[in-house]
Amino acid sequence: MTKILDQPRYKCALAAMQTVHAITNALPILHAGPGCADKLGGGGQGGSGHFSPRVFPCTNLSEKEVIFGGEERLKETIENALKIIKADLYVVLSGCTSEIVGDDHQEVVRSFQNVDQPVIFASTAGFKGSNFLGHEWVIQAIIEQYLKPAEKKIKGLVNIWASVPQHDPFWYGNLFELENLVAQLGLTPNTIFGYDRGIKNIDKIPEAEFNLLVSPWVGLNNVKLLEEKFGTPYLHLPTLPIGAFESSKFLRAVSDFAGLDQQKTEEIITENEKKYYYFIERFADVFLETRIMSKRFAVVSDAQYSLAITKFLVNDVGLFPSKQYITDDTPDQYQEQIRGYFKELNYEIEAEVAFISDGYLIQNEIQDTYFTGHPLIIGSSWEKKIAKKTDAYYLSISWPMNERLVINSSYVGYGGGLKLLEDIYTEVLARAI
Amino acid sequence: MSLDLTISTFGTRESRLGSITGYNGDLQDLVSQSKCGTLKEKNRCFSQSTSCDAGCALGQLAYIRDVAVINHAPSGCTAMAATTIVSHTQLAAKRGLDYDAVFLGTDMDENDTIFGAVGGLKEIIIDTYNRYKPKAIFVGTSCVSGIIGEDVDSVLAELKSEIPVPMAAVHCEGFKSRVWATGFDAADHAVLTTLVKPPQKKTNVINFKNFNESARTEIIKIFANLDVEPFFLYSNSTVEELSHLSEALATVSICGTLGTYLGNGLEQKYGVPYIKTINPLGIVGFETWLRGIGQVISKEAEVEAYIEKERAFYIPKIEELKKQLQGLRAVLGMGASYAFQISRVLQELGIEVVWVASWHYDTTYDNHEIPPHLEYLAKESPNNFKVSVSDQQNFEILNILNKYQPDIYLGRHPGTTVWAIKQGIAAFFLADEYKTFGYRGTLDFAYTILDTIKNRSFEKNLAARITLPYSDWWYEQDNATFFKEDLNK
Repeated sequence: MTKILDQPRYKCALAAMQTVHAITNALPILHAGPGCADKLGGGGQGGSGHFSPRVFPCTNLSEKEVIFGGEERLKETIENALKIIKADLYVVLSGCTSEIVGDDHQEVVRSFQNVDQPVIFASTAGFKGSNFLGHEWVIQAIIEQYLKPAEKKIKGLVNIWASVPQHDPFWYGNLFELENLVAQLGLTPNTIFGYDRGIKNIDKIPEAEFNLLVSPWVGLNNVKLLEEKFGTPYLHLPTLPIGAFESSKFLRAVSDFAGLDQQKTEEIITENEKKYYYFIERFADVFLETRIMSKRFAVVSDAQYSLAITKFLVNDVGLFPSKQYITDDTPDQYQEQIRGYFKELNYEIEAEVAFISDGYLIQNEIQDTYFTGHPLIIGSSWEKKIAKKTDAYYLSISWPMNERLVINSSYVGYGGGLKLLEDIYTEVLARAI
Repeated sequence: MSLDLTISTFGTRESRLGSITGYNGDLQDLVSQSKCGTLKEKNRCFSQSTSCDAGCALGQLAYIRDVAVINHAPSGCTAMAATTIVSHTQLAAKRGLDYDAVFLGTDMDENDTIFGAVGGLKEIIIDTYNRYKPKAIFVGTSCVSGIIGEDVDSVLAELKSEIPVPMAAVHCEGFKSRVWATGFDAADHAVLTTLVKPPQKKTNVINFKNFNESARTEIIKIFANLDVEPFFLYSNSTVEELSHLSEALATVSICGTLGTYLGNGLEQKYGVPYIKTINPLGIVGFETWLRGIGQVISKEAEVEAYIEKERAFYIPKIEELKKQLQGLRAVLGMGASYAFQISRVLQELGIEVVWVASWHYDTTYDNHEIPPHLEYLAKESPNNFKVSVSDQQNFEILNILNKYQPDIYLGRHPGTTVWAIKQGIAAFFLADEYKTFGYRGTLDFAYTILDTIKNRSFEKNLAARITLPYSDWWYEQDNATFFKEDLNK
């Protein structure tokens, strides 16, 4: 069913080209229209890497293929891509047009199973779902079509899965900070996205002792599939740990699941917290004495950030949640559980949550909300206007995020909490009391 | 054939202008084949992702400050909404104006591809009107809505009694044309057929088709010498303002590709002269264009006086700089008009153009004449430089750059210049369509080129530390290796 897409906050499944793109030396091959990658890639998202949307082979489907089918076109495109562009893994992605005209992608891709480099396929037609689902489908394709069972499991090796690369502006920094946290416990993190990762780490996935999913819902199907296929258990932590409270909780949960020495873990936590509170102590005056910001805040973002930032601002910073908005088109089956996470806040505070992606309705609600003063609104570029209207403090942290550059900074961990405070209070300091 | 401005559909550039996206040869061959009518499209058996007409069409219409653009498409096609709205909001803020346009989608899903979605579309159009009260509504079609045969025109006809503002279907399915510039025409066609009204009076306004009006103040001053005012479009325009396009003295455009449909359409339907000279880039371009305007509005003497005064100030400065630019070699990758017009500017500065990659090529414009900048270059270019038509085909550009090793690469579309610097070649991105406008622009441009080639730190640092994605085999091939034989064979 159509629905009004007023201020889009998710893209279509084909945006999973960004997931492939984030795997160093993996190349998406698009069997799609000429403008798909152009629209989905966008600028300022770190897209001019080793490959870029302009480098992605694409069949650029025209009227001819709409009428006669595009299988031959796909075949020659893959054949020549293998000659022209060097990659460790080629991932063929279908778009709307090739799926509607009924091209047999599987069959075409199967004809490349004997070439030297792996060529796999994920069905990512735009009308089939959001980019969050598309991300899962690409990982699923890697698991089903590329990975082989491991001869042995490696003790302490942990695959970490978190947010959707490139779509989440902080995906890189966050993922690497999750690695750092896990490594502090003496475990060996394994991730597949970003610098110096890629195919060698993908190969290690089946050898892991367990999978760690840090996400409210995205990726849950993938870790379940890994359990089914390779017998690897998984730990699902819905909250991205920002600041001391959640980071300590995160370390305890991972440590417990891995059966590590509790006392040692507590020592690590204590040291981290002491250092974190050294900074909080030094800057507590800023947080308390410069703000005319009210205690109320609203996050308008995907499930990951709405949950993580709510937890941080309530449990670490002592702010008070107004209604929170989740805009990532979260599938129905996850919504009840996610709602529950917002009820697990300090002092039995509960935050109301709406799963809604219609920006017009969200902003009307925000406009009618009693914030007891100038609120803090954290969201995307779309929130800039309502923040101005409500005289709010405003920070953009999720897609679409057009007026801010993020290279590798992170909101994860103890340091990540401090970074988020820097960004929020930089806004606060820029305004008169 | 003239433009048919009575129906909602319109012809693609391929059908109207004999446009192509595949060619490999040189300037003189391209021009002579254009004149003989022998130029044929060439297909590739390998291609990289380009752009579509829908992105171009809807982005153009969203420049209008008080409209709603509704993209009847799956969510990904509307992913461009935020970038479009943010940049147009910034443009309006620069002039202290409110920007109230909205860019929405219908988020088509799998069910819609099976059962159709005109019912849903209708509701969304009504909701959009009730929410924002836009002054006009444009509904764009997409690959999906096109393939499943959604009749957007009928939906709009049904809504006519309910919604009291102009509405148009913008037929811009991504598969419709290989030339994304067809999207400019889609937008112009919608404006011409639904917004522009017959003239009530004549004004002293010249319609100025451009992108981001960055030289607005400068042009207002220039035109003041001729007692005329520019009206820039579509950036920061309103529906009301556009309804008066027919009342103008003339239409001009910063870019031939951008202006042909609206300019010729206004001339055909309302007799507003379209200035069809080369565009005002560089010195010859500027002077030819300004004289063209002077002739049409009978202000030849004022134009000559202005030119004489400006020349006295700028030409010596430009001549001085030319000494340092002499002998540099350039490769360009740009749209069909800018590619050749910037080539002309480079030649004026004494720079050798060795290769022009044009994203597409129009054999003629809508007045059925070969684009004037090609005609000019065929006569005036000191060398018969190589030309390829290649819509942002990165692998071809890098092959060409590797072979020709120019001093500078000039691009005008995101995602191309970065690849030149990765090969260690200095590059400049002409984001601003007025970068080479007139005497001032030409001087700025000359300085920018010098600055770019004098400090190559950025590209040398980067190129030394990265690997390129293309195989050695590819660099040894001819750039046209993946062209197929003529389509018609």
